[in-house]
Amino acid sequence: MSVLTTAPAKTALNAVHRKMGAKMVEFNGWDMPVEYPPAGGIIAEHMAVRTGVGIFDVSHMGDIRLHGPEALAAVQHLCMNDASKLAIRQAQYSAMLYPQGTFVDDVIVHRLAEHDYLLVINAGTREKDFNWVRDNTKGFKCEVENLSDNYTQIAIQGPKAVDLLQKLTDVDLSTVKFYWFTRGTIMLLRTAKRNLENVPIARTGYTAEDGFEIYIPSDEETSAQVWNELLEVGKEFGVVPCGLGSRNTLRLEGRLALYGHEISDTINVWESGVDRWCKMEKPDFIGRAALEKAKDEGLKRTLVGLEMVGRGIARDDYKVLDQTGKQIGYVTSGSPAPFLRKNIALAYVPPQFAEVGSKVAVEIRGQGVEAQVVPTPFYRRAKKA
Amino acid sequence: MAYPVDYKYTKEHEWIKADGAKATIGITAYAQESLGDIVFVDLPKVGTEITAGKTFGTVESVKAVSDLYAPTSGTVTEVNGELATAPENVNKDAHSAWMIKVTLKNPGELNSLLSAADYEKFVAEESGK
Repeated sequence: MSVLTTAPAKTALNAVHRKMGAKMVEFNGWDMPVEYPPAGGIIAEHMAVRTGVGIFDVSHMGDIRLHGPEALAAVQHLCMNDASKLAIRQAQYSAMLYPQGTFVDDVIVHRLAEHDYLLVINAGTREKDFNWVRDNTKGFKCEVENLSDNYTQIAIQGPKAVDLLQKLTDVDLSTVKFYWFTRGTIMLLRTAKRNLENVPIARTGYTAEDGFEIYIPSDEETSAQVWNELLEVGKEFGVVPCGLGSRNTLRLEGRLALYGHEISDTINVWESGVDRWCKMEKPDFIGRAALEKAKDEGLKRTLVGLEMVGRGIARDDYKVLDQTGKQIGYVTSGSPAPFLRKNIALAYVPPQFAEVGSKVAVEIRGQGVEAQVVPTPFYRRAKKA
Repeated sequence: MAYPVDYKYTKEHEWIKADGAKATIGITAYAQESLGDIVFVDLPKVGTEITAGKTFGTVESVKAVSDLYAPTSGTVTEVNGELATAPENVNKDAHSAWMIKVTLKNPGELNSLLSAADYEKFVAEESGK
């Protein structure tokens, strides 16, 4: 299937987004809201998640389940993080690699039960990922199931996400730690007057903020009921519907990688700086040998955070120059950072330019504009005691 | 959306308000709405010659970069410096948040631009696509 020659796919909430006045764009083959101008637009959405709570339709994300006696071995073979460390109901950031040590995709691995794992994958790589998982687990006693269309996935994000979601569920969310999940009843008391039982509720997200992602049945009626209940109940917390625009600026402030930008099939683990989630000491996995070799050869480029010093906004794919004007790298993601009120970027540069404080330039419309290497993440949320 | 009838418009979504050989240029309400939150406006210096149909600056929202096209030829006499620190003024009221003032080289060029009614029809078609 080629997403380029077919009409964009729609999530179960598509009609709801349109009715709310969302600006829709095509993203990786999906017709998705980029922002909700009636709710204030990207900056207001971004600020709501940093200071209050916002909700996102992230149903375009895919889900692959592996279950059976050798499910753990299969996950270990496919993914770079050590899934044997996961307790039941715990999750971890991980990635699937090609034999050359570059990325098939980054994933969140959830351990659902004893021999039961769920990989949450990116929208643009759904088919590729599923085929990859199926083709590379043939020797394992485990079933591979594509559950991508079974769920409407809603992210509730921000410091008040816990307060909002707690109003809808009987589970004590304070007992769910970051990167763990639970199952609970979602009570739609104000709108639909019905309960959804046994809903997976994960304390995960892509905003560098506290928050949850819930997985509800993907029929349009249920999806709309949950979405509307969240907005209704969330009024007292100032809840805002959020689109892909703020999702991108939020994850960029938190230095969270985006497939096709910071990580891709031509970028390896060491370069991208996600190596703290790569466990070379665990049993063999696809890509490991190449990573060992790459490590011995040393880095040719590395991902750094940039802050614009001169007037200008770095954008995706802009050139990074040294002080003589020679190209040394490129921007993978660049944008104004609404909460930090700075123009920031992630970029690949040779290691000799990676030191914090290094002066470089970003080429903007033919002109080199001064920038400097800064520590990342650009934004880190304050930890609650 | 109300487009002032004493302005002229381009298909690239700029407006120009002329008074004899002097004119003021900005972007339309439709343009700011399409762009979303405007965070950066890059404008030419006073004295710069601008040419009809050619770019004279850029406007950027959180997500997008968009070129500004000169509705007519002329010389920049004034730049709205407020937009350097308050680019969101364009979102608040695009038809009064002007960008540059110019002395027109050939006021006759104005005749080839769109009237408010024509522009409104044009954006209705464009947004209806």
